[in-house]
Amino acid sequence: MSPTGFSACFMCVRVVKNKMHSLWIALSYTIPTILFIVGAMRLKSPKSARTGMWWIAIGMIIAVGATMALHPNIPWAPTVAVMGVGAGLGILVAKRVKMTAMPQMVAIFNGMGGGAAALVALATLQRSVPLSVFANLIATITLVIGSVSFTGSTIAFLKLQEWLRGPRLGRTVGSAITGCGLLAILVMGFLNIVGRQAPGLGAWIMIVAALEGVMLVLPIGGADMPVVISMLNALTGLAAAATGFLISNNVLIVAGALVGASGTILTQQMSRAMNRSIANILFGSFTQTSGGLGTPGEDGGVMIEASHEDVAMLLMYSRSVIVVPGFGLAASRAQQEVRQLMEKLLAHQVGVRFAIHPVAGRMPGHMNVLLAEANIPYDRLFEMDAINQEFKDADVALVIGANDVTNPAAKNEPTSPLFGMPVLNVDQAKKVIVLKRGKNPGFAGVENPLYTRQNTSMLFGDAKDSLAKLIQAIE
Amino acid sequence: MSNHLVTEGYIFILAMFVGFLLISKIPPILHTPLMSATNAIHGVVLIGALSLLSWAHGTLDLMIALLAVFLATLNVVGGFVVTDRILGMFHVRPGGEK
Repeated sequence: MSPTGFSACFMCVRVVKNKMHSLWIALSYTIPTILFIVGAMRLKSPKSARTGMWWIAIGMIIAVGATMALHPNIPWAPTVAVMGVGAGLGILVAKRVKMTAMPQMVAIFNGMGGGAAALVALATLQRSVPLSVFANLIATITLVIGSVSFTGSTIAFLKLQEWLRGPRLGRTVGSAITGCGLLAILVMGFLNIVGRQAPGLGAWIMIVAALEGVMLVLPIGGADMPVVISMLNALTGLAAAATGFLISNNVLIVAGALVGASGTILTQQMSRAMNRSIANILFGSFTQTSGGLGTPGEDGGVMIEASHEDVAMLLMYSRSVIVVPGFGLAASRAQQEVRQLMEKLLAHQVGVRFAIHPVAGRMPGHMNVLLAEANIPYDRLFEMDAINQEFKDADVALVIGANDVTNPAAKNEPTSPLFGMPVLNVDQAKKVIVLKRGKNPGFAGVENPLYTRQNTSMLFGDAKDSLAKLIQAIE
Repeated sequence: MSNHLVTEGYIFILAMFVGFLLISKIPPILHTPLMSATNAIHGVVLIGALSLLSWAHGTLDLMIALLAVFLATLNVVGGFVVTDRILGMFHVRPGGEK
């Protein structure tokens, strides 16, 4: 074989090799993308959801493995060490957290993702290679969104964990600071995009955006926090998608867009279920007046208090009981007692069902998880639309630590701030028993006319205690 | 380059539609797991952090990149474990007579 022929053959092998290489890249990123989408689709039923999650995890492993294989110049030792520590810490924390603390766990992990996106953007901006205007714009957006998500989620975590209380900062002072920060970000962002690579500008944008995240979430009350976490989750998704544009990686673009879109809709649905707009939640209004509206007993009706024995008797001689669990149940960790009560009643041939409002526990599906943890089978749990017609045939509606979601004023009182919010038709049951910690109005600070109705009896006290006494009385 | 960008834009928009479809298919009882699952999914930003490592020059860049890898790993792993725990809570009653 002549030397030229030999070298030509060698070249053709190289071309094939190159083609193989790009095919590998394409495959190693296409397969994870497909696994992400198909896995996410499997979340539509509790039966398939867990395997769906495994599909997504496998996709993630392939994508990460491929990235490491495609970049042989990654410093292996420190990278693997850092990933090992991160994974170990992640598993440790996620395994040990209580189910009631779930929302803040999602928040803190979400913040980590936002922080990572912001750091990638920061490093890109500081790169000595000049960026195109578009890349600069994307990097700046990623930096801002990621930083807001990082600090916002951290504050959400601290507040839900009750390690931090919101300072009584005046609304005007707060919005003045937020406004100034926003202006500063816009100016610096513009400078960054037009003037390119001004040294240190990226870091300043990051700092101010981080401050904005703090200012945004700090004034928000615990009840609204899940909506905010959902929003921050969507934001981190968008930041991930933007990072994908930055490094031309389709897996990131697809995964980020998926999260951004579904998270945005979820946020909307959650705020709609609370009859609030997202702007209203973020920039405040009637949640701030908690406890200021007086006790329901003051004007008009009187609340009727019942004894544990009365209630136990009533429950035992009912045919069908609908339990309405709310945040109060989650707060006093009374899930096990609820299950025991259910079992006692089932033993007495009493039908027991659970009516779950979309935002019971203030997070869609959170209540289902808490009840499932206590081994209450989910086919006893009914969504609002499925059970609202059933209340009129129920003997007893047992409301445990739920308030606003049972307020009939939302249906027939146009002046109520809750008016229009979908509520459970608890008032249609023959008898209503309300387990409640005290006489104060609920999260929204709105009084509940349900409590002063003729067919309503109140059982005051901690939900866990009250339920334990009820169980005793039944025995 | 700009061709590339258009393709990426397409992909982004199509993926957004998939996201919208996704949420409309999922019943409210699974919204918390969904939120937790999507939380884990956006941890894929880990890929961005890793590719940042591949061109990181100097100590500062390296530190930033490693920190990003650390945060993103926490996001992915923690997100998955939490989601798996939540989903493990959904039992079906054997028999299920009512």
